[in-house]
Amino acid sequence: MKPINPKPSPRRYHQASWDEPVIFELNQPGQRGVLLPPVETGIEQEVGNPAQMLPDQLRRTVPPALPEMSQVHVLRHYDRISQENLGVDLNIDIGQGTCTMKYSPKINDQLAHTHKLTELHPLQDFSTVQGILEVMYRLEGMLKEISGMNRFSLQPGAGGAAIYANICMMRAYHASRGEGKQRDEVITTIFSHPSNAAAAKVAGYKVITLYPDSEGYPDLEALKAAVSERTASLLITNPEDTGIFNPKIAEFTRIVHEAGGICSYDQANANGILGITRAREAGFDLCHFNLHKTFSTPHGCGGPGAGASGVTEKLIPFLPVPTTEFDGQKYYLDYNRPKSIGKIRPFYGVTANILRSYAWIMSLGADGLREVAEIAVLNNNYLLKKVLEIRGVSAPYAKGKRRVEQVRYSWEQLTQETGVHSEEIEIRVTDFGMHYWTSHHPFVVPEPMTLEPTESYSKADLDEYVAVLNQISAEAYTNPEIIKTAPHNSTVHQTQQEPFDNPDEWAVTWRAYRRKTGKK
Amino acid sequence: MGLIVNPIAGIGGRVGLKGSDGLEVQQQARTLGAVPLSQERAATAMEVLHPMAAEFELLTAPGEMGETIARRCGFTPRVIPTPGLLAEIPLVTTAEDTRRAARAMLEADVDLILFAGGDGTSRDMYEAIGDDFPVLGIPAGVKIYSAVYAVNPRSAGELAAEFLRGVRIRLHKAEVLDLDEEIYRQSHIITRLYGYLKIPYRREIVQNQKVPTPASESAQAQAIAADVIERMKPGLAYLLCPGTTTRAVAERLGLPKTLVGVDIITRDELLAADVSERQILDVMEQRHLGLIVTPTGGQGFLLGRGNQQISPQVIRRVCREDMLVICLASKIAALQGRPLLVDSGDTEVDRLLAGYLPVISGYHETIIYKVEAPDLQSSEVR
Repeated sequence: MKPINPKPSPRRYHQASWDEPVIFELNQPGQRGVLLPPVETGIEQEVGNPAQMLPDQLRRTVPPALPEMSQVHVLRHYDRISQENLGVDLNIDIGQGTCTMKYSPKINDQLAHTHKLTELHPLQDFSTVQGILEVMYRLEGMLKEISGMNRFSLQPGAGGAAIYANICMMRAYHASRGEGKQRDEVITTIFSHPSNAAAAKVAGYKVITLYPDSEGYPDLEALKAAVSERTASLLITNPEDTGIFNPKIAEFTRIVHEAGGICSYDQANANGILGITRAREAGFDLCHFNLHKTFSTPHGCGGPGAGASGVTEKLIPFLPVPTTEFDGQKYYLDYNRPKSIGKIRPFYGVTANILRSYAWIMSLGADGLREVAEIAVLNNNYLLKKVLEIRGVSAPYAKGKRRVEQVRYSWEQLTQETGVHSEEIEIRVTDFGMHYWTSHHPFVVPEPMTLEPTESYSKADLDEYVAVLNQISAEAYTNPEIIKTAPHNSTVHQTQQEPFDNPDEWAVTWRAYRRKTGKK
Repeated sequence: MGLIVNPIAGIGGRVGLKGSDGLEVQQQARTLGAVPLSQERAATAMEVLHPMAAEFELLTAPGEMGETIARRCGFTPRVIPTPGLLAEIPLVTTAEDTRRAARAMLEADVDLILFAGGDGTSRDMYEAIGDDFPVLGIPAGVKIYSAVYAVNPRSAGELAAEFLRGVRIRLHKAEVLDLDEEIYRQSHIITRLYGYLKIPYRREIVQNQKVPTPASESAQAQAIAADVIERMKPGLAYLLCPGTTTRAVAERLGLPKTLVGVDIITRDELLAADVSERQILDVMEQRHLGLIVTPTGGQGFLLGRGNQQISPQVIRRVCREDMLVICLASKIAALQGRPLLVDSGDTEVDRLLAGYLPVISGYHETIIYKVEAPDLQSSEVR
């Protein structure tokens, strides 16, 4: 018998491409997915026709414009589309730097799908939902321990929402001290996540952005030039999106405190510091976590995200309502908080993800969390060493220093020598069944690439990703056309970007599409 | 596409002269053994374009003004006859030859003119065809203070290729600066802003929708203008320096703006247009003036290039809090960490300004950025 040949590396990937229409175009008049049986005669005699019992004002006058399809056609349609995606469950997703694309354990999905959770109604009496309240209370306790903060709100729907909640709390704090109008400036850094600046702007603040010093650290001298009696707060990510830890972070918070401002810690990049360093010791007054990053719940496209906002003592009065409380005997939600910034989300928050992250932490324990951080850092530095052996790439800033959990690289040398740009590499990477990310805008690091391996990937996985980058680098020097004309193995070829800037050329819903094209 | 090479651009630099204009200088340079850089630089750019040669028609000026390099790189160009050019005697090409070639290409309806040269050539291009026609500079001069060049010759070829393919390219106006060379050689720099050229730049793609497409430059400029106007004190007049970003302020106020000069405005009216340093100082005898200034040119100079009217004496009389520095965030990022530079002509004034300045980069958005005064003895143009 012939032996099986070893598979080549990188693998000969090809993505499915079904050219599937929009589901509304699959309408087959008369087809049905489910045939509901009619009401039994005996029941109808007893109770009447349920359809007649609908209040008139709830009746549709026109049937909903849903496509008529059989079950198997619906199944096929969505299966085909799902085949055309790449996600954490499919690819080695270390290319999505800052997102912390770790494995979302399926056991946690099973727990979140238990009927004990799914059949709860948020308006049930507290006495009947003690289980989920206990989970929320205990998760808060764990996050308090991890960060050193005094209280948490699990209400925010995601990271940006948590940052915005923090800003609202800081605003309420300054207003309560009569300094609300005076303090109208927020300071952040260019390498912090842009949602910090964006949330501050939405909240009405003037945003001051610090650029890094020559070594890539947030510039302390620039901070000193930026603080004043108008400073409301500092919003900063640490380590920043370059993966560099700011050794002077406590100095940053001290300077802002001296000016009367308070400091909020964007802990989106917490994966490399769990159990190693805390927000409290760095001098922060508030922090936030992304449960869908650090704590393994699926990211937005796999299910909703969830955020957690943590505060020190002086900000507790301003927490969103409700908070989860325990009176020694039972758990309940407290809405009686007069200084609260108010309700920021319907009902309890994203309970399924609160449960998933609770389960994840419980499965690891305190020692396990520390191990997560250590492996994430080890994986990242192993990847750093391997990537730097590739021709044309560098890791700017902090020369000779290691990184924490991610690295922002630069392909500038390769671009100078071959004319191939990072965004072109980004597209070519998809030809190998992988994903890649450059950087937020503006590109302060030229030709950027930001990789974050997390603790979930094995050495073989990292080696596979490096092999792909190595191949693409070699292609840049010998056959750049294959990169510039990529993708070749994907669902679609290159798309035009310009239409996405023109509202006359895109529609986000079928209804909007019908309206804009005048179609029925 | 059109190609114009200034065959003598850069000839002065390698042998330590500070410019290449003027027949005398050129002869001096050749005596010192100088070889013009522009041909090689143009060749690098054209080699990048060669793979797509079949997709476009190439027009060039004759001989060493483009035809020679085009053929050497494997193109079969259409040579534009430019009356008056003596192609057989390369040493005799002048600025007028560049201008004639550019005008001829404009009339031949090319989509883009690629030119190899320095600030002198940029100025010639501007004088010939103005600021509303796509061009791109291959940096090949001693003086490259203008903002009209690609980062290097290869990049110029790539940008041209992407522009011709209609991919990922936007256009914006970039400053044309040039020195007055007589004064330059005596080590007292006067840089003037002569005008603007319309050049392509790469629009950064975002393949994943993790962040929305960055706002266009004109939208950014409008946001900056809105912020500046909010800050302008009623009754205070401001020196409005030249630049496309400062022009957005004037536009938003409904005021005219001198293309390359400094105007004095309030929120309500234009008080004086295109003022000289003397005129500014005279006004300052009567009233305080604020300053609205933006980095001009491609080297990150905030003061000292293209706004020479803002002399040290003027700067001394402006209150720090009335000095508004404005700049697109994308331009700050393009500095790649290099500081903004001030070279007012007075080192003491430069030192006063050096440090960290707030730069208005959007509506209610500022960037704290480093400003330095370059050491004049050792300053090198990139």
